[in-house]
Amino acid sequence: MRWVNCRPSSRQRVYFANHTSHLDFVVLWSVLPRLLREKTRPVAARDYWNSGVRKRIAVNAFHAVLVERGDKMADGDRLTAARHTLDMLLEALGEKNSLIVFPEGTRGNGLQVGPFKSGIYYLWSKRPDVQFVPVYLSNLNRILPKGEFLPVPVISRVTFGAPLCPDANETKDSFLAKAHDAVCALRDV
Amino acid sequence: MNLKLDHQMFLVLNVVIGGLVLASVIGFILSRRVKSDDGRATIDNLNARIRAWWIMIGIFSISFLIGPAGSMLLFAFVSLLALREYVSLISTARADHRTLFWSFFVFTPLQYWFWYEGWYGLAVILIPVYAFLFVPIRLVLAGETTGFLDRAARIQWGLMICVYCISYAPALLTLSIPGYFKQDAKLLLFLVIVVQLSDVFQYIWGKLLGKRKIAPAISPNKTWEGFLGGVTSAVALGTALYWMTPFPPLVALAMSLAITLMGFAGGLTMSAIKRDRGVKDFGNTIEGHGGILDRMDSICFSAPLFFHLTRWFFVTHPGWFW
Repeated sequence: MRWVNCRPSSRQRVYFANHTSHLDFVVLWSVLPRLLREKTRPVAARDYWNSGVRKRIAVNAFHAVLVERGDKMADGDRLTAARHTLDMLLEALGEKNSLIVFPEGTRGNGLQVGPFKSGIYYLWSKRPDVQFVPVYLSNLNRILPKGEFLPVPVISRVTFGAPLCPDANETKDSFLAKAHDAVCALRDV
Repeated sequence: MNLKLDHQMFLVLNVVIGGLVLASVIGFILSRRVKSDDGRATIDNLNARIRAWWIMIGIFSISFLIGPAGSMLLFAFVSLLALREYVSLISTARADHRTLFWSFFVFTPLQYWFWYEGWYGLAVILIPVYAFLFVPIRLVLAGETTGFLDRAARIQWGLMICVYCISYAPALLTLSIPGYFKQDAKLLLFLVIVVQLSDVFQYIWGKLLGKRKIAPAISPNKTWEGFLGGVTSAVALGTALYWMTPFPPLVALAMSLAITLMGFAGGLTMSAIKRDRGVKDFGNTIEGHGGILDRMDSICFSAPLFFHLTRWFFVTHPGWFW
């Protein structure tokens, strides 16, 4: 775990990271100092994490916020779902909590960071007072890649970067590009 | 095999701890006296190494006192950590995942279990034969052909070095040498002392006198002065320790020479891998030393040879040579 140009802080934050493994939010959450962990909630997909043991892990142990993924919905539904999701995130953020989000929306192959979905932009436009902290997770996909259930103990690393400093008039595309670059830049630090 | 602490072992462990105390005192005095930035960095690294030695010797001694099971478990754990560092450093493909799982959680425990049970025949062929065949089979089943031979060889190599070769160190406890019953633990201690002190002596001689580089393309810190000084000192020490082994003094000398030369070759080979991957150390598990594999590289290469030399000349063919 490394903090690059960034320190642990009790300020409200949104940690956004590349997504390659089911372990991602568990690892990101667990490397935070204890005091911050209590106030930091991961955001996870309802379609995967909302049943049986998975639900018990996500919701009871980590207080995850479960949200709908829009990919498989019709356009109209998607817009409603997206609004609902944003409301849920804003509510979860509240006055003192922080969030862990994976803006790619799904797990990648660990080689490239996929394009970011726009949710993180809308979250920022509603709450520009919150710090958006980029995080790069390396090697977690080698521990537990997509489609596997048995882990292999590879050494992995979590790198926290400096919080984004967006301009007040940032457009959706420029914000997402900035956020994406910030995560990718941490890969080679 | 039984590891009760006889008076010779007790004596050696005490001398080792005495040596560490001495090293710590010297390190402390040096840290007070050296002022230049360059010198400071070297001394800080030296003191980090000495601190790590305390921890390593502490863990080693405790596992030693627990008995053969303790030593087997310790080295099995060391193998797992070494394999972990190795796999993290080399690149593996997504399709290698299940094969890696087998390597970590099936072959490694089996290897140590076979030694523990004293099943010599199985222990010496498990990885060179069965894992050697299993790895490509499992990779074929994963259905990915890109870089196939490369990927298979990398996993086979990792198993051989990190699991098979390291397992020869605690395997010394399974030798039943005539006239040396229930004292095998001292043989393991002998190996570890000669190998590790050879590394330490090479480091010290290299720092004091090192000028001519022995392999500048592979390991810029290794010098002829360090190599010759280190090997001579370690062989002298190994010969002086002949009374704790089943060997006569001249044989102890030859064994020490074999151990130190193989250890040196091991360090050089592992450096070549690190250089190829563009890193200095395999990890940062042990402060000042790098990873487990950086500390074990010389044991990997010397333990198998030492085991088989001892087994041939003192167990299966005693008196064959003289």
